[in-house]
Amino acid sequence: MQTTTTLPAPVSPWKRFLKQWGMTLGIVLSVVVIIIWQYSLNENITEAVLASTIRQSTPLVLGALCGLLGERSAVINIGIEGQMLLGAFIGFLVNVWTGNLLLAVFAAIITGAIMGLLLAYMSVTLKMDQIIGGTVINILALGLTGYFYQVGLTTNGKLQPIPLGPLADIPIVGPALFNNPPITYATFVLVILVHYILFYTKWGLRTRAVGEHPRAADTLGINVFKVRYVNVIIGGAIAGLAGAFLTLEAVGSFERNMTNGRGFVALAVMIFGKFTPLGAWGAALLFGFASAMQTQLQFAGINVPHQFIGILPYVLTIVVLAGFVGRTHVPAADGVPYEKE
Amino acid sequence: MDDQQTSEEGSQSFKAWLSALWRVMAIPLAAVLLALVIGAVLLAISGANPFRAYAALIEGSFGNMKAFGRTLAKATPLIFSGLAVAFAFKAGLFNIGAQGQLLFGALVSAVAGFMIKGLPPFLHATLALLAGATAGALFAAIPGVLKAYTGAHEVITTIMLNYVAINITDYIADGPLKDTSGGNVIARTPAILDSAKIPSIGEIPLGFFLAVLASVLVWWLLWRTTLGFEIRTVGLSPHAAKYAGMKVAFTVTLTMVISGFLAGMGGGIETLGIVGRYQPGFNAGLGFDGITIALLGKTHPFGIIPAAILIGAMKAGASTMQFNAGVAKEITDVIQALMLFFVTADMIVRKILRTKAESGEKITLSGWGQQ
Amino acid sequence: MSEEILALEVRHVTKRFPGVIANDDVSFTLRKGEIHALLGENGAGKSTLMNVVYGLYSQDEGEFLVNNKVVEINGPSDAINYGIGMVHQHFMLVPVFSVTENMILGSEVTKGSSLDLRRARREILEISKAYGLEVDPDAIVEDIPVGVQQRVEILKALYRKASILVLDEPTAVLTPQEAEDLFRVMRQLTETGVSIIFITHKLKEVLNVADRITVMRRGKVVGHTTPQETDQKGLAAMMVGRDVLLQVEKTPAKPGEIVLEVENLSIEDERGLDVVKNISFEVRTGEILGIAGVQGNGQTELVEAITGLRDVDSGRVTLADEVIPFKKPRYLVEHGMGHIPEDRHKHGLVLPYDLADNLVLCTYYQQPFAEKMLIRNQQAVLENAFGLLERFDVRAPGPEVKASTLSGGNQQKVIIGREFSRPLKVLVANQPTRGLDVGSIEYIHKEIIKMRDEGVGVLVISAELDEILSLADRIAVMYRGEIVAVVDAKDTSREELGLWMAGAQPEKM
Repeated sequence: MQTTTTLPAPVSPWKRFLKQWGMTLGIVLSVVVIIIWQYSLNENITEAVLASTIRQSTPLVLGALCGLLGERSAVINIGIEGQMLLGAFIGFLVNVWTGNLLLAVFAAIITGAIMGLLLAYMSVTLKMDQIIGGTVINILALGLTGYFYQVGLTTNGKLQPIPLGPLADIPIVGPALFNNPPITYATFVLVILVHYILFYTKWGLRTRAVGEHPRAADTLGINVFKVRYVNVIIGGAIAGLAGAFLTLEAVGSFERNMTNGRGFVALAVMIFGKFTPLGAWGAALLFGFASAMQTQLQFAGINVPHQFIGILPYVLTIVVLAGFVGRTHVPAADGVPYEKE
Repeated sequence: MDDQQTSEEGSQSFKAWLSALWRVMAIPLAAVLLALVIGAVLLAISGANPFRAYAALIEGSFGNMKAFGRTLAKATPLIFSGLAVAFAFKAGLFNIGAQGQLLFGALVSAVAGFMIKGLPPFLHATLALLAGATAGALFAAIPGVLKAYTGAHEVITTIMLNYVAINITDYIADGPLKDTSGGNVIARTPAILDSAKIPSIGEIPLGFFLAVLASVLVWWLLWRTTLGFEIRTVGLSPHAAKYAGMKVAFTVTLTMVISGFLAGMGGGIETLGIVGRYQPGFNAGLGFDGITIALLGKTHPFGIIPAAILIGAMKAGASTMQFNAGVAKEITDVIQALMLFFVTADMIVRKILRTKAESGEKITLSGWGQQ
Repeated sequence: MSEEILALEVRHVTKRFPGVIANDDVSFTLRKGEIHALLGENGAGKSTLMNVVYGLYSQDEGEFLVNNKVVEINGPSDAINYGIGMVHQHFMLVPVFSVTENMILGSEVTKGSSLDLRRARREILEISKAYGLEVDPDAIVEDIPVGVQQRVEILKALYRKASILVLDEPTAVLTPQEAEDLFRVMRQLTETGVSIIFITHKLKEVLNVADRITVMRRGKVVGHTTPQETDQKGLAAMMVGRDVLLQVEKTPAKPGEIVLEVENLSIEDERGLDVVKNISFEVRTGEILGIAGVQGNGQTELVEAITGLRDVDSGRVTLADEVIPFKKPRYLVEHGMGHIPEDRHKHGLVLPYDLADNLVLCTYYQQPFAEKMLIRNQQAVLENAFGLLERFDVRAPGPEVKASTLSGGNQQKVIIGREFSRPLKVLVANQPTRGLDVGSIEYIHKEIIKMRDEGVGVLVISAELDEILSLADRIAVMYRGEIVAVVDAKDTSREELGLWMAGAQPEKM
């Protein structure tokens, strides 16, 4: 008995283009349409939504920057959540003790960097499984912050918005982009800076080479271990800054497990953004926009239990992972410890 | 002559067995000790007397039969969540979602426990337990399918699904199935019927024996059946598994389902044997503890039992410690995290113990790229 | 005249790995402007030695002299500074980078804080012209053929001003004609003062191109010679330590009916490129069809499609009159297909498993290894292993050792034992002897021919033309995803096959 299997014809270049960029294009278009439609209805709400989008996206894009610095040099960082949480906590504590906001931000960054160092030590030197290493950091952060946290402490003030002169008065985008507190501005700068470093400098070229083919980099005299350590530590510092954003800029106090999975959402943002800073920024803005719309839905008096609205970012993360991970080029050596001999 | 020879051989193989056991146990034991030492330092830093704290911890967990029973009761769901994590691990999957699966198991067991009426005790409890386990299995099927067919990494999807589970179970316990008897205002379901309760034998909860039985079954499944062979092959080398004609995607999904079944059963046993209803917050952290327990138990079903008893003892003794020594309960979370760190960073411990790395079945978890 | 200045001298180098001595008191000298062949079997320690010279490994004993001065080489950057360049057997190129990015990596040209890719591009074009090695600086490495990738590797060394060039098995990825081209380039380089160490296990090439020869066996230098003093037989005996059959004995094939038929098969890979284009051929019982071709011309994908490991876009594969339902290796196992995979570590074995489990990897669920397809019978699995280890001459302490502890040759014998122990109609052997020692190669070739004589249809895929020539009854040549020619083995020659492997069309009769 013979049966013939019929198989699909090869895809045309147009279809291939759609497959690669169609989703991105579709999302951008629909977001723009929603914004314009909203603005025509009520400009104040639109501005509020946009400002909220930026707020929500800031920790995500910082987390994603942390993640992609590691991944570009082939270290999977699943401990972003823990690095953020400890950064938030230490930043908070330093502020409570000293009352100094700048010192607190600095302490958060250092804390993140130390946690980055720990991850680098586990994954580069000890060659531990990186997923487990990151999980260790998460659980450690949860345990330490839980033990040392005392209820009732509040920060001495919060980082305040700094309007950038007339720019802040531009309709629609002005208040969202040019009237922000310092960490948000720093995030804008960091996105551009990391993009520049990764794609236009010697260090970036070496980082990407180490992530794709560490042995090739090694044979050219590049210190694979050093590249990984430095990237993961800088990534940790950025995650620490994201933590500082949460306690010192957004909320003004600390709560147990206040990162609420943002470190993991950031990983989805990173993958969605194809491991590029600019892409991650776009993805983070989309996630931020979705969160901001949620809040608006609640204010609009639509009667949905808050728990259902609460799960939206998590569901979105899962959808993004399921839809995108197979279509993105992941650094070839990602997650693999480098053995010298 | 012959007799002597066999007894000699016997003692030789016993020695070999002992030294093999030592090789396996040395690292976890050392990790536990190191974590306790560092925990003591942290306690001292925060102004407590570590010896008094630890003494209180032991008293509260092993001090008398009642305390011991409490330890085993705490250990019971932990054995299940540890088994869930370890089982998934064998197929190269890191199920951080045991927490969410356990929540659904606890809730659904409770629902089956108070909604189904008129069943004889043994049957009702069994049914309620299986209902909870099935709920966990179905919830775990989501990340399983996503991993197997789209490549979405299970670590992220399961964590996201944990948040989904918390929200949905909260909603149900605070909404449609809220206990309204006696003017209750807190979020919880009605109490389960007596016929659904899993009893204790003396101070020792029956559920503990079920957990031990589950460990044996998991061991048998993994090392004595073809399904177990497939699961382990997929975990060690998915490419070779495909080459050998195994259905990799199906195996991955099935492994997650079984893992979720175990986690759900842990939640169900907690509801039916101890809590007696579903109440949000009562099961917090049990799934995450499963990670520590699985790794502390070297992901072996029999290693998980002592690991779970250890963590269970820390939970059981924590209140006594807080009461007697004035130490915040959360220190046990820190010590647990340190145990996890040292048992996974085994190179550090090996340096201290001066032992060589074993060439065991090392499982590498997949990164983003691979499926 | 004073003492001769040597480009490189290796003195008494010993390198140990856990359990093996990879280099045992190795010494040799490299004169300026010579091509010095380092000849030895796979596993003789040639590559290890060169990795030590290049600073990738550190030696346990011994020293190096460059230009008669003792030098300390602690890493590749030291080696590069002393003018040593190396082209590794597996290219050290980042596949997703452009040629320019690969060339400058580690010795970047910058303008301010930014990379100066424009200047780098210009410099690359200059040296590329100077040495007659043409490359496109903007091409992405994964898109260019392996022959050109090798050119990039050589240019990479020259870009770093290498005066000592180490080439590790450079002809493995080339057609015979491309190899000739490479030899021409090598001689040209020596005229400009570059000294070359040429690592190989191919006797003909050594005699063809080397000025002097050092032979290694089991980590030791067993002798120095020159092409004038020796011949193939002599070199082979030195390399292996005994007389070697240069050709496996075999009787003419007695082809029967068709057992494996491939019709109009096309495959698109993950990146959307057509890697197999409309291929058709058939294999008959009792014959060996060899597929020759430079690696990376679609052979891997073709084999994966035939063995059920990969989806195809169009076409049909028929096994003994039954259309193979794609993607079901289990069906193929049960219907008489044996498969020796290209990558024994990735597909062929579960390295952390013991030999007994590896030997039932495809049949673990069948009687007697399992009852009712569920409960495993450990005893039967062990007994099976004892039998096969003996029958296939696997040197191992027992069936309970892990597959990872065996040598490459013994690992391959485990795979062969497993595949040959079930009733076969078709055997697909992809690179069956890659990286193995001569003894194992002879053994495996004999076993494959034995299979043929028992009436199995055999498909051998190999990038080694010698292997194809010694095994195949008919030869198909693959180039860029197409079969460009199918000929009877006795009607062709190395040169003709080489031309086809490079894409030349056979003349139509």
